[in-house]
Amino acid sequence: MHPALSIIVFTTLSGFGYGLAAVLGFGLLDPQFVATKIAHILALFLIAGGLASSTLHLGNPQRAWRALSQWRTSWLSREGVLAIATFIPLCIAAYGAIFHDRYLPLPGIIGAIMSGITVYCTSMIYASMKSVQAWHTRLTPATYLLFSGAGGALLGVVFAVISGSGVLFLMFLSVIFLAAAWAVKSRWRRRMERMQPLSTPESATGLGFIGEVRLFERPHTNDNYLTREMGFQIARKHAAKLVQMSYMLGGVVPVVLLMLTLVAGAAAYAVAITFVTLAVIAHFAGVFVERWLFFAEARHAVMNYYGR
Amino acid sequence: MTSLPSLPTPKKLGLVIDLDICVGCHACVVSCKEWNTGGYGAALSDQDPYGADVSGTFLNRIHSFEVLPEGAEKIGEAGDARIVHFPKSCLHCEDAPCVTVCPTGASYKRADDGIVLVDEDMCIGCGLCAWACPYGAREMDVAAGVMKKCTLCIDRIYNETMEEVDRVPSCVRTCPTNARHYGDLADPTSGVSKMVAARGGIDLMPEQGTKPVNKYLPPRPRKPLAESAMPLAENSPAASGFFAWLDGMLERI
Ligand code: SF4
Ligand code: SF4
Repeated sequence: MHPALSIIVFTTLSGFGYGLAAVLGFGLLDPQFVATKIAHILALFLIAGGLASSTLHLGNPQRAWRALSQWRTSWLSREGVLAIATFIPLCIAAYGAIFHDRYLPLPGIIGAIMSGITVYCTSMIYASMKSVQAWHTRLTPATYLLFSGAGGALLGVVFAVISGSGVLFLMFLSVIFLAAAWAVKSRWRRRMERMQPLSTPESATGLGFIGEVRLFERPHTNDNYLTREMGFQIARKHAAKLVQMSYMLGGVVPVVLLMLTLVAGAAAYAVAITFVTLAVIAHFAGVFVERWLFFAEARHAVMNYYGR
Repeated sequence: MTSLPSLPTPKKLGLVIDLDICVGCHACVVSCKEWNTGGYGAALSDQDPYGADVSGTFLNRIHSFEVLPEGAEKIGEAGDARIVHFPKSCLHCEDAPCVTVCPTGASYKRADDGIVLVDEDMCIGCGLCAWACPYGAREMDVAAGVMKKCTLCIDRIYNETMEEVDRVPSCVRTCPTNARHYGDLADPTSGVSKMVAARGGIDLMPEQGTKPVNKYLPPRPRKPLAESAMPLAENSPAASGFFAWLDGMLERI
């Protein structure tokens, strides 16, 4: 599948935003501190920025409101409805923290749960596609939720370090989420690498009863919408390198940096802030690569008609 | 509405495509584009139409496949390879995944005849339905930003201003070899249903669970090419009558 930048940015940014919103919603950052107030604003910005980016790939964005109507059947529609509804508790919680220095448990926890459900809906847009076999598994929502949690916890660490409160627990949470996210992701990869293709050129043409089916001529010599959108291919050796890169940047480097921060201790405030910020940046880059591969490596059933 | 009709539709209008007959001439591709660029909804645009990088929106495309007989690793080993020309357009699936994913309600399946359509005024061009279709039957029009797909020529088949013979999809009307047939596949007495029964019509990618309405008639078995080869005659001992006379005359020259 074509790795569209707007969709990759959308899923990563909003995933981080919802993760941070959940950290705030569960009251893991003390609203007395200015950093926590900024965290609330950042969470809302990440979510809104992600949503805005997702409308960029629409052919007719002026009608985007219509996408809220078909929540009965469409995961995209459900996601849209939930994303908007989730803003309500998140904004109330942000209001309490920013203007009254207060943690509001009810909107906080409701917002955290709804954030999780929204991320789940996003992931189900992909996981529900039977035509893209690599995505069509329960492991897909699991990875999206865990990466969102890991990103949120890591961002939480930054704000906790700045305020100097609640650092250890968030660090612990980050490591747990990072380990779980990459463990599930590697299972996801293994499944993709080992699965028998559900559809083949033989089943796609119904000509398997004669023998092996190969493409002789495409409909047109040039590319078309289908080959551009669904025929993206990446060289195996490049993919392998990118996979290593995503594990390193997204998992190993942040954990090492967190450990270093602990070693540096409270004595080196500036160093600690630098380290945890770098951890977030590395993680973001790693997840970005992971998301790029999520699209680039997924093969669509229609390619059985295009010999790819 | 992107919920599918709850009951099986009383009619299942669709196409039956005979892979034994199609010669891959692309006449249906051209007639489809010609009819539909001026009919239902936005035009079927082309990008860079006279340049080197031309591409455009099509609702019907012909692929050609080479089928290597069972047991062969290379061509000619276990019999002759076959070329099969393969027209492909929307199959108007009964369990259409493209319809249920649509967030806006633009994609829908008609409850009375089962035709799958896009209401372009509601389509936001998110492209999700094209992802959901395993057959590649939907293409986003780059100029209009809306999803295009085969309408089964809904503006022909119910069009009473046309002569009866023309009230079939454009591709069916055009096909010079009669490889394409249109009818009601829910009615076991219809011509298309009888053809499917007689020839063992098949579903494409049944494993995707889409229950396509359109059916494909598999190519008939073929005798080996060598049997039909005509060796060039060196002499013509069997000639009689006029040909014997001609033979003799030519010998003498
Ligand atoms: S062929 Fe594709 S576009 Fe047509 S109904 Fe089936 S899934 Fe939908
Ligand atoms: S591209 Fe249009 S018809 Fe297809 S899913 Fe999106 S809104 Fe629906």
